Amino acid sequence: MSELRIMRGREWARPVRPARREVLSAVPEVEEGRPPLLFVPGFGHGAWAFAEHWLGHAASRGFPAFAMSLRGHGASEPAPEATLRAYAHDVVQVAAGLPRQAVLVGHGAGALVVAHALARYPARGAVLVAPVFGGWGVLGAALRRNPAGTLPAVFGGPLRLNRGQLFSRELPDEEARRYVGRLGRAGRRAQWALLGEPAAEPAVGAPPVLVMGSPDDRVVPSSTLTRVARRYGSAPLLFPGMGHDLMLDARWVEPIDAILDWLEKEPAAH
Amino acid sequence: MSTSTDHGRPDPSAQGRDAAPVSDRGDTVCVIGAGASGLTAIKNLREHGFGVDCYERETGVGGAWNWRHDRSPVYASTHLLSSKPFTQFPDFPMPDSWPDYPHHSQLLSYFERYADHFDLRSHIWFGTEVVRVEPAEGDRWDVTTRSTGGYGPERTSRYAAVLIANGHNWSPKLPRYEGLEEFRGEIMHASSYKDPAQLRGKRVLVVGAGNTGCDIAVEAAQQASRCWHSSRRGYWYAPKYVFGRPADQVNDALLALRVPLRVRQWLYHWTLRLTVGDLTRFGLPKPDHRVYETHPIANSQLVYYVGHGAIGPVPDVARFHPYAVELTDGREIDPEVVIFATGYLPRFEFLGASVFADSAGAGRPTLWLNAFTPGHPTLAVAGLLQPDSGMFTLAHWQTVLFARVLQARRDRPERAAAFAQRVRERAGERYSGQVKESSRHWFEVGHADYLRAVQRALLDLEAK
Repeated sequence: MSELRIMRGREWARPVRPARREVLSAVPEVEEGRPPLLFVPGFGHGAWAFAEHWLGHAASRGFPAFAMSLRGHGASEPAPEATLRAYAHDVVQVAAGLPRQAVLVGHGAGALVVAHALARYPARGAVLVAPVFGGWGVLGAALRRNPAGTLPAVFGGPLRLNRGQLFSRELPDEEARRYVGRLGRAGRRAQWALLGEPAAEPAVGAPPVLVMGSPDDRVVPSSTLTRVARRYGSAPLLFPGMGHDLMLDARWVEPIDAILDWLEKEPAAH
Repeated sequence: MSTSTDHGRPDPSAQGRDAAPVSDRGDTVCVIGAGASGLTAIKNLREHGFGVDCYERETGVGGAWNWRHDRSPVYASTHLLSSKPFTQFPDFPMPDSWPDYPHHSQLLSYFERYADHFDLRSHIWFGTEVVRVEPAEGDRWDVTTRSTGGYGPERTSRYAAVLIANGHNWSPKLPRYEGLEEFRGEIMHASSYKDPAQLRGKRVLVVGAGNTGCDIAVEAAQQASRCWHSSRRGYWYAPKYVFGRPADQVNDALLALRVPLRVRQWLYHWTLRLTVGDLTRFGLPKPDHRVYETHPIANSQLVYYVGHGAIGPVPDVARFHPYAVELTDGREIDPEVVIFATGYLPRFEFLGASVFADSAGAGRPTLWLNAFTPGHPTLAVAGLLQPDSGMFTLAHWQTVLFARVLQARRDRPERAAAFAQRVRERAGERYSGQVKESSRHWFEVGHADYLRAVQRALLDLEAK
C-alpha cells in the first residue's frame, strides 16, 4: 500500500466529472439500526447482479441493502473513458449519500474499486468478494482459461468472461446463459489499470475487512485470495465448489449469510 | 453506543475549585463547539476509539454556517470562496449534483448530513456553553458548563483532553474612528448584515475590502441608491473562474507541478492583466504587494460593478462628522448606512490567560501548526486558521493528528514526548509566504505548506 498523502493537489485540480448512477435498493420493513450495505459489482457486471438474490436476502435479515452500477455499467451513464479513479469516486459518492455510515461490499474488480474508495471514505467495514486486484498473474490465468475472451482486452477491446469462469456446474445452463448475456464491459483505461496492480492508499478510519472467495474460482487464484487477505491482516473465508460470481452461483445464500453473520459479530461494524 | 454520553456520577474524591464536586469522565475528550471543526473532531476522535462530550451553545450543528445561530456571520447570499474539492471534508464528499461554489444553506445541510451519517449528535450537549476550562493534575482538564444564557447551575467535569473549536468569526473587530459617536447615520458591523433589503434605496458606505466587504459592496451596487467602497490598500481581485475552470483548481494544478512561488505570481499577474485588466483605470488603488501576500479575494463581480459605476472606490476613512464622512484624500461623502466589514477577532474567554501564553491578551495564542499548545499536551485548537483555500480539510487533519497524539500518549509515550518537545520548539511557525503584518493575517496559512507540515507531523509520530 502506498503512504498516507493528505496534500492532494493533483486530485483537487482535476475533479472527476460527475456521471448519472444507477442505485437499486432493498430495505427492511422495520428499521433495526443495522448499518447499510453497499454492493459494488465488478467489471462487466451491474447492480442487477446483486438485485438477483443478495439485496433481498440482506434486507430480509434486517440490513438496508443498496447495489450500484459503476459508470458505463448497467443503467448508469455510458463512460467509455472511465478510469479506476472515476469508479472509486462513484462508490464514495453513493456511500456518502446513504443516511448512515455504510459497509462496502465489492466483488471481482469491484473489490479493487472498494479498496480505493476506502482511502476516501471511512466505511464501517468492508467485504472483498473474489477480489481481482490485477497484476500479470490474473491476466495469465484468464488467458489460459479463455484466450479468445481475454486477448482483445489487452488491446483495449472488451473483456468477455465465459460461463466456465463465472459459475459452477451446479447452476442451470439456462440461468448461466442469461447472466452471461447481461454482462457489459468496463472502460479500456480501467481494464488496463488492472495490469499495473494499482496500489490503494491506506484505508481511512481503520475499518474491519473480510476477504472471501472460492478455491475453485477460475478468475481469482487461491494465492491471490490469500495475498489480499494478508494485506488486511486476516485469512480468506472459502466457499469450495463455487465459481467466481458468488452472488449468482447456485449456492449464493452461503456467502451472503457468512457476510451478515460476520457483520453481526464484528464489534467495529456496529 | 457506549456510555460516553452519560455524565458519570460525581466522584467524591475529586474536588474542583470551591470544593464543588467534579465528575470524572475518565478517558473521554471534551470538544468545545459543534461547528465544522467541532464535528470533524468528534468524528475523528470517535474513529480513534475515544469517548467524546461535545458542548455546543446553540441548539443545532454547523456553527458559523448555521444562519439560525445568533453568532452566525452569514448573509443571505453567502457562497463559498473555494470550490468543492477544496471545501469538502477529505473523506465525505459533497454531492456531485452541487455547483462548484455551493451556497451557505447547502453547506449547513452538508454538516447536518455529516452529523447524521456518522451518528455524531448523540455526543453533543446542545444549548450548553463552556464557562471555564482549567488545568487539573496529570495533564487533565476541568471543564465547567452551564445552560446557554447563564440559566441553571454550573457543573464541572474532568476530561483527559480538550479540543477547542469555538470558531474565530463571531467576535466583531471594530476600528476606532474620530467622531464615530457623533455620526447620525446607521452603523453596523458586517456580522449583523443579513439581507440586501437592509440596503435598498439607501446611500451605503462599505468599509473593508475583504471577501465579505466585496460581497456586500456588490449587493449594495444592485440594491442601494449609491455605494462607496472604502479600502486601506489596493488588492488583487481574483475571478472565481479562469480558463473556464474554478480558479483554485487551476492554482493547485500549478502547485501539484511544484511551480515556484515567483513563477506562480508572475503567471497570476499576467492572467489578471489579460482578464480583469488594469484596476487603476477604474479608480481602484494599485496593489502595494504581490499576489499571494495578502489573503486572496475571490470576487468576479466587484470590478464589473465598478466598471458600471455602481460602486465608487474610495480611500480609507479619516473621520466621521454628524452627517458626513471625511476620507483620507480630503473628500466628503454623505452615506446613510455605514457597514464595517472589518473582520473578527478570536476569543477564548473560558480559558485563563496563562494557558495560551498570550501575554497581550489579544486573542493570538502562540501555537504549533496553529493547533498545539506548548506545555499543554492534551489541549488543542481546531480551525484557528485562515487558509487560502477551504478550511474543513485542514481542520479534519488537525483533529486526526490530535487523536493520534492522544493515542501515542497511551501506547507510545516516548513518541508523544518527542511530539510535545517539537510543539515547544516550533510554536509560532508560519505556513505561508511573506504576508502583510496585520491582525487580518494572524492565522493566514497556505493550504499546501500547511498540509505538508501536518503530514510530516503525522508521519513522524507514526515512524517506527
